[in-house]
Amino acid sequence: MALKMVKGSIDRMFDKNLQDLVRGIRNHKEDEAKYISQCIDEIKQELKQDNIAVKANAVCKLTYLQMLGYDISWAAFNIIEVMSASKFTFKRIGYLAASQCFHEGTDVIMLTTNQIRKDLSSPSQYDTGVALTGLSCFVTPDLARDLANDIMTLMSHTKPYIRKKAVLIMYKVFLKYPESLRPAFPRLKEKLEDPDPGVQSAAVNVICELARRNPKNYLSLAPLFFKLMTSSTNNWVLIKIIKLFGALTPLEPRLGKKLIEPLTNLIHSTSAMSLLYECVNTVIAVLISLSSGMPNHSASIQLCVQKLRILIEDSDQNLKYLGLLAMSKILRTHPKSVQAHKDLVLQCLDDKDESIRLRALDLLYGMVSKKNLVEIVKKLMSHVDKAEGTTYRDELLTKIIDICSQCNYQHITNFQWYISVLVELTRLEGTRHGHLIAAQMLDVAIRVKAIRKFAVSQMSALLDRAHLVASSTQRNGICEVLYAAAWICGEFSEHLQEPQQTLEAMLRPKVTTLPGHIQAVYVQNVVKLYAAILQQKEQAAEPEAAQDVTQLMVERLPQFVQSADLEVQERASCILQLVKHIQKLQAKDVPVAEEVSALFAGELNPVAPKAQKKVPVPEGLDLDAWINEPPSDSESEDEKPKAIFHEEEQRHVKQRQPEADEEELARRREARKQEQANNPFYIKSSPSPQKRYQDLPGVEHIPVVQIDLSVPLKVPGMPASDQYVKLEEERRQRQRLEKDRKKKKKKDKERKGRARRRGSLLSESDEDVAPAQQVDIVTEEMPENALPSDEDDKDPNDPYRALDIDLDRPLADSEKLPVQKHRNADTSKSPEKEHVPVTEKKPKKPKKKEKKLREKEKQPREKEREKEGKEEKPGEDLDFWLSTTPLSAVPPAPEEPGANAVIAAAQEEGEEARREEPADEAEDDDERDPEKKPSKHKKKKHKKEKEERSKDKKKPKKKKPASDGAAEPVENGALDEDPLPVRARVQLLPLG
Amino acid sequence: MIKFFLMVNKQGQTRLSKYYEHVEINKRTLLETEVIKSCLSRSNEQCSFIEFKDFKLIYRQYAALFIVVGVNDTENEMAIYEFIHNFVEVLDEYFSRVSELDIMFNLDKVHIILDEMVLNGCIVETNRARILAPLLILDKMSE
Repeated sequence: MALKMVKGSIDRMFDKNLQDLVRGIRNHKEDEAKYISQCIDEIKQELKQDNIAVKANAVCKLTYLQMLGYDISWAAFNIIEVMSASKFTFKRIGYLAASQCFHEGTDVIMLTTNQIRKDLSSPSQYDTGVALTGLSCFVTPDLARDLANDIMTLMSHTKPYIRKKAVLIMYKVFLKYPESLRPAFPRLKEKLEDPDPGVQSAAVNVICELARRNPKNYLSLAPLFFKLMTSSTNNWVLIKIIKLFGALTPLEPRLGKKLIEPLTNLIHSTSAMSLLYECVNTVIAVLISLSSGMPNHSASIQLCVQKLRILIEDSDQNLKYLGLLAMSKILRTHPKSVQAHKDLVLQCLDDKDESIRLRALDLLYGMVSKKNLVEIVKKLMSHVDKAEGTTYRDELLTKIIDICSQCNYQHITNFQWYISVLVELTRLEGTRHGHLIAAQMLDVAIRVKAIRKFAVSQMSALLDRAHLVASSTQRNGICEVLYAAAWICGEFSEHLQEPQQTLEAMLRPKVTTLPGHIQAVYVQNVVKLYAAILQQKEQAAEPEAAQDVTQLMVERLPQFVQSADLEVQERASCILQLVKHIQKLQAKDVPVAEEVSALFAGELNPVAPKAQKKVPVPEGLDLDAWINEPPSDSESEDEKPKAIFHEEEQRHVKQRQPEADEEELARRREARKQEQANNPFYIKSSPSPQKRYQDLPGVEHIPVVQIDLSVPLKVPGMPASDQYVKLEEERRQRQRLEKDRKKKKKKDKERKGRARRRGSLLSESDEDVAPAQQVDIVTEEMPENALPSDEDDKDPNDPYRALDIDLDRPLADSEKLPVQKHRNADTSKSPEKEHVPVTEKKPKKPKKKEKKLREKEKQPREKEREKEGKEEKPGEDLDFWLSTTPLSAVPPAPEEPGANAVIAAAQEEGEEARREEPADEAEDDDERDPEKKPSKHKKKKHKKEKEERSKDKKKPKKKKPASDGAAEPVENGALDEDPLPVRARVQLLPLG
Repeated sequence: MIKFFLMVNKQGQTRLSKYYEHVEINKRTLLETEVIKSCLSRSNEQCSFIEFKDFKLIYRQYAALFIVVGVNDTENEMAIYEFIHNFVEVLDEYFSRVSELDIMFNLDKVHIILDEMVLNGCIVETNRARILAPLLILDKMSE
């Protein structure tokens, strides 16, 4: 045996350790992969040995290799072997490797259950700690179920080191095994008042995460957290608690009112930027929840905005970024207070840091008003020209569109200007967002009837210089706007000045280089345009002109018939036949315009994107019900349906046959030829497609070379958006003068509805800016009695849904955690039923403490209520807490024993406790706010009292196990009646 | 919640990686490359927060080594920024002037330190003495 050990240690001397491996990899830069595969072979050999030290060393090296990206899952079993080593130095290596590479899919993980349980209950706190740490990384639903009880027991361990870890691991356990939340929750709640600040902080962390997902279940904890917030000095904990309140306030506006004061105090006093930032964030959340009718909180908003301005003006880019981020949250509810800082935001647009520029852009979105829209967009347009990176430029583009289109174009007073901006944006090269511009063009043209004439003129101009837009492949993204342009010119062709010119522009051979879906729109809208021209010509009694147009169509359409895109081809061949038919009729002098226009009669209305979804199911209609009775299983399945289909098919065939006349056959032949021509695999016998192409469009249509200018020429009648700025100003000047005149006669002619929404901080309010032309924005159509709800957005696969559990309901037997039998040899004799009252007691305990505290506040009215409502429900409890005024409900911290215990604990650690705060505060210790100092003195004065009280506080804890024990004898008697299942469900007792 | 904690050098070599949510091994390499790329592409004039996919990166550079922390949108960026420095201070104390090589040679120990500070994606301990206590005991044991 001794010999073997000596041999083992000699072996080890020749093995590489981690340092050798790292050095080796560095020395083999040329053939790293080869060297590592060699090492892995060595490691495999080492893992085969019996010596645990060798194995641990090998696993340690594997952990390093895993970090470099090598799969080490093949060694999972060896890792478990090392995990089960008795020596801590090896065990931790095993757990480290496991935490790095195990996951839910690792099959050997189920072998670890007992080992982990053993480690969890080890007398050494570090064994337990390492097991808990490891578990946090690889806990599976099975492990969570099997170990939940053990971990829960550890939450009451004597050592805070273990308690802290156990509390945090519980969060993962809840996620993997939601059933454990209710039984474990009372104890988790207890830990919020743990004497150790670390444990407290861990519990806050866990509840914070839980509450963020399902805040309503944790509302009843608000008083407790409030107490913590007003008493804690640990910034890390404060940040978490304040964040938690941010999640709770939307559900309970009264809570927000209570919070405002302590939070503003913190904002004033703290020097830690992280805490300041968090406070501002939560104050914002509070203000959002209060936004209706709380005018007297403008001071808090002003304070936040001021603090944020200081952050934004700071030279530290991080603070600048965070300041802008928080500012954008205020903006949503209080745009006026942010708008005052427009200068600052615009300045940030010039920042070197792209992420800061993007944040500033977000802010601009909310800062626009009727008054400054034109100016802001002008500024953005100049940035578009300057922007070097395409991503940032694209972002600018989307922001411009967002800013202009927000709230149903509420800020746009002049749609001519907007159309010009959109047209200007089409000059952007290589943007991905052509479709956005196109969508805007369509939306504006359809919904703003007054602008159609102008839009059509702009779009026809755009079509005219389509070659600029679609010239190079680089500009592919932007050619989407042609889609919109073609559609607008077609649909609203009655507004076209020179329809013939536009028609020709749309039939240019170059069009065939555009993407298929755009060509398809071209083809369709060419006909609309054609119909309009026909009508015009016939009304003017110019049959020749009409025939010329028809001739043009007949000549040009074949280029689309040849298209490789099915949609284009199909539409084109259909329309070509139609036009040929019209040509025949025209030759006979038959008026056709009326009938052709009838093809496109009626107006298209905008329909809301969700309209279809929102159509309510009519009463009495059950979509899941069978229309016909389902065939019974005994019947042969095929018979009936077959007969039905058979009949139908025959009918179809009969209907179709007469259609296939001469013309149709010719068309099909033509189409087949086209298809063959387009099919690269078809061996052609007849003239080559190129030749035919030249045959088709006559001599005069030989494509003319178009000069491709990189700088677009200023097309007359193409107003640049800039000139609107001047026009706007002049117009406003005029309006103001007029208004002043009117004002003398009638003072209050302001529209009341809008004036209420915005205070008039600025000398000239938005309302004064009347729109340039009276526009009527058509609202999107919705089905009658559409349902207004938006509930369809919830994700049913959210893992946190399972944790949406009512925690105030008393615990039922079936919900207790499964416990391994052998671990509870002494308590397992108790059957479940006897324990129910004990469990139910637990959640109430913290409440009792609260009651005691409140009684000390000595408000007679309160006392009465307390006595009356001994069986108060948690909801009422909260109501009561919230209804009291902030000052009386929050006594100064030193008077509360619970809080004192915390402070005392924090003070005992002296220097250490202070280091816990984020470094920036620790650095300037002397600059600590004056408000905190007096309380420190008080602390010292009352130290003795505190200690006494904290002892008092501990007493009930000691009593607890005793009372549980007292219940035990009663339970013992029941054993024989009710034999326990393998996994007995037993009331949990704290180990410590 | 912290999603991952990375130490990557300027050459893009990972020196420490810890994931608090499971990520497949081949995706890890990809993620790490992307993360370091986006960190390297930034200059000193830029802020230390990057919006990256559906989470945020917070990074600090120490000589040639980047420490990058990926967090979800609820984490306080500034606090994490301070936390990174706190972590480096602890390393500095333990290794007395920590270098990249120290971290490579003592990967397991760095992991112990990190595990003491971050558990389950939450910051649990920031006190230097208490963080190093288990490690010092361990060192005594192995002597």
